[in-house]
Amino acid sequence: MQADIAKTNSPERPLNTGSGRVVLETRGLTKHYGGVRALSDANFVLHEGEHVAIVGDNGAGKSTFVRQITGVEVPTSGEILFDGKPVKFESPVDARQTGIEAVFQNLALADDLDVPSNIFLGREEKILPWLGPFAFVNEKKMRERSIAALETTGVKIPNLSSSLRHMSGGQRQCVAISRAASFASKLILMDEPTAALGVQETTQVENIIRRLKQKRIPLILVSHNLRQVFNLVDKIWVFRRGEIAGMLEADKTTGNEVVSMITGVADSGVHENASYI
Amino acid sequence: MSSNTEISSSPQTTAGLSTDKRSQPARKSVSRPQEMNVLIGLVAIALIFEILGWIVQGESFLFNTQRLSIMILQVSVVGIIAVGVTQVIITGGIDLSSGSLVGATAMIAMSFAQASTYARAVYPSLTDLPVIVPIAIGLGCGILAGVVNGALIAYTKIPPFIATLGMMVFARGVAKWYTRGQPVSFPTDSYAAIGDGMNPVLIFLAVAIVFHVALRYTVYGKHTYAIGSNEQGARMSGINVERHLVLVYAIAGMLAALAAVVISSRNLTAQASFGNMYELDAIAMAVIGGVSLSGGRGSVPGTVLGALIFGVILSGFTFLRLDAYYQEMIKGVIIVAAVVADIYRQRSRAKMIDKE
Ligand SMILES: Nc1ncnc2c1ncn2[C@@H]1O[C@H](COP(=O)(O)OP(=O)(O)OP(=O)(O)O)[C@@H](O)[C@H]1O
Ligand SMILES: [Mg+2]
Repeated sequence: MQADIAKTNSPERPLNTGSGRVVLETRGLTKHYGGVRALSDANFVLHEGEHVAIVGDNGAGKSTFVRQITGVEVPTSGEILFDGKPVKFESPVDARQTGIEAVFQNLALADDLDVPSNIFLGREEKILPWLGPFAFVNEKKMRERSIAALETTGVKIPNLSSSLRHMSGGQRQCVAISRAASFASKLILMDEPTAALGVQETTQVENIIRRLKQKRIPLILVSHNLRQVFNLVDKIWVFRRGEIAGMLEADKTTGNEVVSMITGVADSGVHENASYI
Repeated sequence: MSSNTEISSSPQTTAGLSTDKRSQPARKSVSRPQEMNVLIGLVAIALIFEILGWIVQGESFLFNTQRLSIMILQVSVVGIIAVGVTQVIITGGIDLSSGSLVGATAMIAMSFAQASTYARAVYPSLTDLPVIVPIAIGLGCGILAGVVNGALIAYTKIPPFIATLGMMVFARGVAKWYTRGQPVSFPTDSYAAIGDGMNPVLIFLAVAIVFHVALRYTVYGKHTYAIGSNEQGARMSGINVERHLVLVYAIAGMLAALAAVVISSRNLTAQASFGNMYELDAIAMAVIGGVSLSGGRGSVPGTVLGALIFGVILSGFTFLRLDAYYQEMIKGVIIVAAVVADIYRQRSRAKMIDKE
């Protein structure tokens, strides 16, 4: 059954595995929280235009990995190379200035602000910027650009100026994704972007991801949904207990093989009923 | 609202999926501005006192300019503080130090505002200074105290309640120590003019307008709400949360000091006991005005209306010749009632979100 799924992924998906310039590389990336080894010695490579997935069980270290790449946290040890150069992101701002955007698992939205304020949170369009923190916000420009950003995602949000608190989980998720997708120039990371979404919203998000592929913006997608992973990405990186268990090329592997690697149990078809699929 | 909930349960999404959120219409009906409710409350309470006035006292409560101006004057000084406290509470914090800061900064500002005709000035060689000096020193001390509050909260992660409680005790100590308990009096004419006549009201309104604009239309405001909504999210969005918190508490400190300048100028004296319990009055005004103690919600216009409600209730009870002791008790009831109302609002909102 899983083999079928592997075969059904789109045949026109470009085969650029292993080819092209390296965009992101980590060497021995490690993060400890006190005694918890959330991520150990991760060696990861991402090439130009490549879309990859990160899969693994709960607590495998996927989100931890994302947080190190995006400057939310500073790694305990190890190196991150971006465009071939070692980088040390001290904050998410550093990562964003490099062109890296992320949709975090917990969204990082301000529920009491409206849609444009959220899309531009932390990088507002300003009037009289010399006023520093008291610079006025250019609401009109932010609104126009938000409408444009949301249009590319195909998401309908009836009232942009109501606060996010009044919106559904799907709409909020789409705001977060539009924010990342419209600012990302070099790399975009999405941590379980469809975990809480219905069928239609999931399709919308997957379409946004396909569009990023057309724009050749590299993507790292964290997902528990193997069907989605096989449909969308070129490579699958499997995390297990804070380590990278291996990398599989989407069109040369099967769901069963991936599940075996996730669980660390040698395969014998026992995963037929795995809820992943 | 209830009809909305019904609509939202219409089974549009495929069964079996964990969420059924998208069929929710944007709940516009909920978004009658909180300020509107507060305004309705204000009018209702004023009308009640008006009716009671005719029944009990045989005269009008509202149509008495003297009473109204006294009420607004009383409210204005604490209102200035409440504007600062509003911003602190929107970030999800609290400021208990503002009342004591009024005491300390009033003493300090006044000591640089004394007239040379007074023989026992605190700094005999520093009398008749231009009015800007005591103002700048007073506000500077307020800002400094606010920066200490903010830095403690932002960088050492001490809960705001504890940090500002410490500052509250410390500042009251400073106020008493400064002149060993002696009041500081005899300001220059120009200092005395600051709080003269209806000036406190004008200062209050100016402060309210400035910070309403700042909260509503500037980057500062967006970030203040963002931190109160989701501090971690604000950080991930690239907001320097720590620096911003220091700024917000500094502004609160500055406004407490401004209130101190106004009140000491108006009274032509400063005493260590000035501002006693103002912090609670200010918090009550904000909470009555719809500022949520859990952060992220509220506005300066709401707080201004909250201040007016506070004033109307207190002056209403004075008007009804209620004993001063009762007034204090009633104040206590108002404060608790406002917080209970806030918790109730939070609960009903949480229920609404759960239903999604
Ligand atoms: N801030 C933190 N402090 C302490 N431990 C943490 C912290 N963040 C994560 N961990 C631990 O690190 C490990 C990896 O967590 P992480 O969130 O990266 O897992 P994940 O693969 O994203 O899981 P999920 O699929 O549930 O999102 C877990 O054991 C978690 O408990
Ligand atoms: Mg995770």
